[in-house]
Amino acid sequence: MASPNRPESSSRRRFLNNVAGAAGGAAMLSLGVGLYAKQASALPALALRPPGALGEADFLGTCIRCGLCVRDCPYDTLSLAQLGDHVATGSPYFTARQVPCEMCENIPCVRACPSGALDRGLTDIGKAKMGLAVLVDQETCLNFLGLRCDVCYRVCPVIDKAITLERRHNPRSDRHALLIPTVHSDACTGCGKCEKSCVLPEAAIKVFPFAIAKGQAAAHYRKGWEEKDKAGGSLIGDQIQMPTRRPDALPEAVK
Amino acid sequence: MTAMAAAPNPAPAPARRMPPVPGRSAIAARGWHAAHKWLLARRVVQMATLLLFLAGPWFGIWIVKGNLSSSLALGVLPLTDPLLVLQSLAAGHLPYRDALIGAAIVALFYALVGGRVFCSWVCPVNVLTDAAAWLRRRLGIKSGRTPPEALRWWLLAGVLAASAATGSIAWEFVNPVSMLHRGVIFGIGAGLAIVAAVFVFDLLVASRGWCGHVCPMGALYALVGARSVLRVSAVRRAKCDDCMDCFTVCPEPQVIRPALKSVGGAGPLIQAPACTNCGRCIDVCSVDVFRFATRFDQRSES
Repeated sequence: MASPNRPESSSRRRFLNNVAGAAGGAAMLSLGVGLYAKQASALPALALRPPGALGEADFLGTCIRCGLCVRDCPYDTLSLAQLGDHVATGSPYFTARQVPCEMCENIPCVRACPSGALDRGLTDIGKAKMGLAVLVDQETCLNFLGLRCDVCYRVCPVIDKAITLERRHNPRSDRHALLIPTVHSDACTGCGKCEKSCVLPEAAIKVFPFAIAKGQAAAHYRKGWEEKDKAGGSLIGDQIQMPTRRPDALPEAVK
Repeated sequence: MTAMAAAPNPAPAPARRMPPVPGRSAIAARGWHAAHKWLLARRVVQMATLLLFLAGPWFGIWIVKGNLSSSLALGVLPLTDPLLVLQSLAAGHLPYRDALIGAAIVALFYALVGGRVFCSWVCPVNVLTDAAAWLRRRLGIKSGRTPPEALRWWLLAGVLAASAATGSIAWEFVNPVSMLHRGVIFGIGAGLAIVAAVFVFDLLVASRGWCGHVCPMGALYALVGARSVLRVSAVRRAKCDDCMDCFTVCPEPQVIRPALKSVGGAGPLIQAPACTNCGRCIDVCSVDVFRFATRFDQRSES
């Protein structure tokens, strides 16, 4: 048995103490960093990623915070988040109400990205999904009040596809039409020009990240009218005309 | 003060309480400039690197775009921080070829000249921690507790584990190195607090604490350059007069002893990966013990 006072034993103990201290300290720090990373990964509702950005979780595992997309953006739309911006520190984002995306045809930000956080598979800026415009406030939107503001519709780079004006009856005057700006998620790129140019002091139409803005239909839902069109006719055959059954026994007066 | 001055014999006590200034004998022997040659060279390289990045946003001269995390020089040369690529891989993402090539170029360069040449010649935090170390020395601060030197290796592993666990590049949420460099170029925000914390940590808590004990970037660069060609060699170690100046200024003092004192028959080359090749030991030695050498140069002169 080794005596506890032998020098090699005490040096071994010191060594083990040191290793435990370093490993324990590092584990605590890493845990803190991991937890903070998890907590700080939430993207605020008004921060939009550049075009072609991977889904937020993948984006944070790929973006190396170099700012090359920021540098190649000709309109200074993008900026790198600073600590305290509530966007993951150093990652690129833009705020539509301040500077929207101008949808460059050659998408320089995507081409500049060295890491793949912005997907080079995006070659048509019209297919970008930076976010989705939502007409959030029907109480203040001038078109909802029956006026012909139409500014969000007019500035939309994908006019008549991403935003259309849908005619509706104006129940207040009972004589006029309401022309309701209506966003279509299949065509909206989330560029934010509508939000930027909304004439109200606080925009009635806002662009949110897709995950916030879009609902999702259950996978098993079928729309009967679409299925009917697809099949070229009713899937359950024509409606059977049921005979009108009358209780013949009833007296004539009741019939 | 007046009482002190009026004392018949001005005791040497106040003078002794002043911490020794390392390099004084080197300045006396070779002059101020020669005794600060490598320090000045490092500061010039550090500032020039930063200026290259700032020339674009400040003066519209776009030689280098981006920051130390990843950059593109002259529109062709990609350079990427290897630790970022490793974290991205740990998070389960294969970066584009640009970033992979950039990281390979950086790793290859530092594998040749010494990994921690990044730390002492490029990293902007080095200026800060050098200043903290200098101030700590001048003020004679001995407070605090230095974390174990091995902390950085474990933290490097921990950072990669955290990236794998969260699927994100975890260290970038707090990394003061990229925060400072990116901050100078793109705007720093509250990141300034983290950078200031590093300075205070080095000044009050742990001597050479951040760069020498914590920073996982430095740990990775030490691994990258573990067998680097460029080394500091204590070629004229026989002349050493034990003034301890090199130990005082060295950011990783533990690396000097084996080479200088031939511990276990070691050669004059400083072999420890933690050596940053800063050359400060060369500067402050009044008897010219040290010089830069290649790892194949095992000679020692007397």
